[in-house]
Amino acid sequence: MSTVEIRDLRKSFGELEVLKGIDFTVEAGQVVCVIGPSGSGKSTLLRCVNLLERPTSGRVVVDGTEMTDPDVDIDAVRRRLGMVFQQFNLFSHLTVLRNVTIAQERVLRRGRAEAERIARENLERVGLGEKADAFPAQLSGGQQQRVAIARALAMNPSLMLFDEPTSALDPELVGDVLSVMRELAGDGMTMMVVTHEMGFAREVADRVVFMDQGVIVEDGPPEQVIAAPRHARTREFLSRVLHPEG
Amino acid sequence: MTAPGATLAPHRGLSPRDRRRLGRGAQYVVLVAIVVALACLADWGAIKQSFLNTQVMSDGLPRLFTVALKNTVIYTASGYVVGFALGMLLALLRQSSVAPYRWISATYIEIFRGLPALVIFLMIGSLPLAFPGFQIPGGVYGQAALGLGLVSAAYMAETFRAGLQAVPKGQMEAARSLGMSHGRAMLSIVVPQAIRIVIPPLTNELVLLFKDSSLVLFLGVTAAQVELAKFGNDQSSIFANPTPILASGLTYLLITIPLGYVARRLESRQGGAR
Ligand SMILES: Nc1ncnc2c1ncn2[C@@H]1O[C@H](COP(=O)(O)OP(=O)(O)OP(=O)(O)O)[C@@H](O)[C@H]1O
Ligand SMILES: [Mg+2]
Repeated sequence: MSTVEIRDLRKSFGELEVLKGIDFTVEAGQVVCVIGPSGSGKSTLLRCVNLLERPTSGRVVVDGTEMTDPDVDIDAVRRRLGMVFQQFNLFSHLTVLRNVTIAQERVLRRGRAEAERIARENLERVGLGEKADAFPAQLSGGQQQRVAIARALAMNPSLMLFDEPTSALDPELVGDVLSVMRELAGDGMTMMVVTHEMGFAREVADRVVFMDQGVIVEDGPPEQVIAAPRHARTREFLSRVLHPEG
Repeated sequence: MTAPGATLAPHRGLSPRDRRRLGRGAQYVVLVAIVVALACLADWGAIKQSFLNTQVMSDGLPRLFTVALKNTVIYTASGYVVGFALGMLLALLRQSSVAPYRWISATYIEIFRGLPALVIFLMIGSLPLAFPGFQIPGGVYGQAALGLGLVSAAYMAETFRAGLQAVPKGQMEAARSLGMSHGRAMLSIVVPQAIRIVIPPLTNELVLLFKDSSLVLFLGVTAAQVELAKFGNDQSSIFANPTPILASGLTYLLITIPLGYVARRLESRQGGAR
């Protein structure tokens, strides 16, 4: 069984059709990077997987649960999916530790002591064990993003969704976040990553998906999609991303 | 520059700067003249007798604080609690997906912002006429809490609404993506942040309510239930001397000025942090 299975997914915002029939699967343990120009629908695709956006039509099956079934308990499925946002979205009124424990306690009904133990483990894992008592505003963007990853990991997700996790970061902070993600991939986590970091995609991804104007143009291993793209649109996009000055 | 405009000849030796200085000097002269005139016209003996009468003051002094100020604080605090809870409820209803709840909330806010607080207090006394046998629990204290709560809820609802809208959308999305229900995310994530955002205007609302608590006098209170304004008024009738009114006024300021200062401090601190 695939972790994510998407069939003929369409999504419109009013008149604007943003996703125009997407077919797509992610197998357990795979890392799939989604690349493509701005406005091509990458975020929308990712947000349809955990139903932050409601698909207009089509099927989204995650971890064996049909998300598009109106009777599905969305909250129950979402707690098995971690999501990391471009803007971090840490809970600004809570400490780092509380950011990582609150959903464990309120959603998974873990006790305070257990939640804090798991939170500290995951903060260690992202290299921020000593920041447990800080507030988000006291952290750098890179640190905030790593807390956001720890917050998602503490829920023991079977799939992690990343929407441009390093795009809001200063260049020197990107590496820390990417290395956490690289380790995560090495530990066998199933991941869907929207990114402009071609180096990361080439090195870590099992598959790279190139999207343009609401459709998947090319889907294959990075050696193909990034190193030897078949489609002109992919080539054009890559040359713009890889050689921005040219 | 050698344009013709550059050769503006100084007018009879008075530069614009001198003219400004002269204008300011004239304003000072007028001010001093008015103060001196008022000081000469005033009857200082009578002022001392009427407004700073120590004899009258000493009669009411302990009760000014132990009864009147205490009751004012009780009325204000209980009204604030009611207004806070009702205001938050109204703000949440305003965003409800059930349209009638939105209408109810909007109507309440329109009506209670448009009515003078006094009218609301006069109506509260007549509430038992509409619901025979109904008694507001807590007597005058309950009526005061209800009246002040009804008045302030409409304002606080608007404040909370602004606060809820100021919480970034990403906070709700992050909470939902962790599996929290909409209600849980509101309760644990969005509402606490909204309240933090609106602490300065909520402090201002406390100042307004503290002053509005004087309307309790229209509920018909006993000597033990009296608040600052009525206390000052009653004492001054007993002695036929306005000193107590001045004293109660100063007691209001004792609370409202520091509170207002705190509100402004919070506001500027938040402005800097955000
Ligand atoms: N909530 C919304 N309402 C209306 N239009 C939207 C909404 N969200 C996205 N869109 C539109 O859908 C299109 C695709 O947006 P999406 O965010 O999925 O693109 P993207 O590939 O993630 O782009 P970027 O690289 O800039 O993040 C854009 O034209 C965008 O303006
Ligand atoms: Mg995007």
